[in-house]
Amino acid sequence: MTGNSPAVVSASKLGLTFQTNDGPVQALSNVDLTIGKGEFVSFIGPSGCGKTTLLRVIADLEKPTAGTISVNGMTPEQARESRAYGYVFQAAALFPWRTIERNVGLPLEIIGLSRAEQAERIKRTLELVNLSGFEKKYPWQLSGGMQQRASIARALAFDADLLLMDEPFGALDEIVRDHLNEQLLELWERTNKTICFVTHSIPEAVYLSTRIVVMSPRPGRVSDIIESTLPKKRPLDIRETPEFLAIAARVRDGLRAGHSYDD
Amino acid sequence: MDSFRDKIVPVTSILLGVVVVWYVMAVVLNTPFQRDLDRRANEAPGVVEFLGKTLSQPKPTLPAPHQVATNFFENTFLRSVTSNRSLVYNAWVTLSSTLLGFAFGTALGIVIAVGIVHVATLERSLMPWIIASQTIPILAVAPMIIVVLAAIGITGLIPKALISTYLSFFPVAVGMVKGLRSPEIMHLDLMHTYNASRAQTFWKLRVPASVPFLFTSMKVAVAASLVGAIVGELPTGAVAGIGAKLLAGAYYSQTIDIWSALVAGSVVAALLVMVVGIAGRLVDRAMGGRPA
Repeated sequence: MTGNSPAVVSASKLGLTFQTNDGPVQALSNVDLTIGKGEFVSFIGPSGCGKTTLLRVIADLEKPTAGTISVNGMTPEQARESRAYGYVFQAAALFPWRTIERNVGLPLEIIGLSRAEQAERIKRTLELVNLSGFEKKYPWQLSGGMQQRASIARALAFDADLLLMDEPFGALDEIVRDHLNEQLLELWERTNKTICFVTHSIPEAVYLSTRIVVMSPRPGRVSDIIESTLPKKRPLDIRETPEFLAIAARVRDGLRAGHSYDD
Repeated sequence: MDSFRDKIVPVTSILLGVVVVWYVMAVVLNTPFQRDLDRRANEAPGVVEFLGKTLSQPKPTLPAPHQVATNFFENTFLRSVTSNRSLVYNAWVTLSSTLLGFAFGTALGIVIAVGIVHVATLERSLMPWIIASQTIPILAVAPMIIVVLAAIGITGLIPKALISTYLSFFPVAVGMVKGLRSPEIMHLDLMHTYNASRAQTFWKLRVPASVPFLFTSMKVAVAASLVGAIVGELPTGAVAGIGAKLLAGAYYSQTIDIWSALVAGSVVAALLVMVVGIAGRLVDRAMGGRPA
């Protein structure tokens, strides 16, 4: 869909083998993938398929042992050093001793922005995730969903064009998750970021993505890539449409083809 | 009201039990000497009179609680605080070296912990020595420290404080190593994604994460500091301090004085631990801790 713009993430023959006490484990093998600017790409698969590992390689939290990968045309390390991406973890990972505004301001402090600039960005990103009014609260005073929204705000605060999200809503109940999915889509539309989103929920992946990367384990690999035909504007009840269900069925087939339902 | 039922009642019951056992033991232990006295004086007192006498000897083997309480009360509240018999004065002398030693010890413990967390070789080279240092009986080391320091002209507060330091740096060092390493992997990864420098990770993540560990270890350290200060007073023939009171009491068989000095020491220890605990809670609250 954005074929002529430069790739944000480009991987070729990418592999990663962990050395463990039980011998080598191939977490990723032969991954070829190109993600264009403005895409919303989901990585789906059972545990052990390497979806989180792939995200961590993009983020330079793991080093690949084979193949090449570039992020914004640089190595992942250079990309990290230039703060090319914001990362959202499975848990909100807020610092409990900082208020919400100071948590969101953490990356800004590290980058070394002026106080005024920090305050301005904190205000703007908290508005973006609908958390205005909670600036002075500590994380424990917020619900799980609000904490995760604060952590998304923190990832957005320094205006990186790439957002890496590792099962950010996995620990939340379905009602909160629906709500956050809706908000995330809205946010993606408004900010025009590129988003890589790891999940193990088929409806979540289909609802959010422009492209769904289906992965399977042993060794972790890409077994299918599905282009979504859904429009960019997606109300929650789009999930009842035949088009949505057809894509979901393809994802399910892809998972089955990768023997992901074994054991 | 709940805290009354949950805390005060059980603690008071134990205290009552201790007092009862104490009285019984006082009678039992003081009986032989009292019999001896009575035999020499050719007296044959009744049971009640005899019991009363065992509990009011001037130099009993085991003073009765009320004797200790009276002595403690007199020497704490009825004497001028400048008198060298005043427990307040003696407690202050010990307290001042305790606090100085505790401050040194905490600072030293933190410095060692920071070193160990950041320099891998320090952990391997320093840690065994730190642990070994605590296996040496302090009673053996204390006189040497004091004699050696006196030989180079350092006397008074500093040598005693150094013994407190010796005992108090250890829990702080161990606690802080644990505390500085307590951040979750996820938090460390987060700092990594921001390309944070080591110094930034240290100040913004490791230090705040270690604060609860610091206060827990400081509670242990402050009690150890007090022990160090008291022990430091024993071999020097110190003229004042709780240790000096203990020693003087032992010389002159003033058992009641010994016990009331002991009580004074315990009160000081309890107060110190309490103050550190309160400080810890205030800091926790200031850092956004969830009220218990």
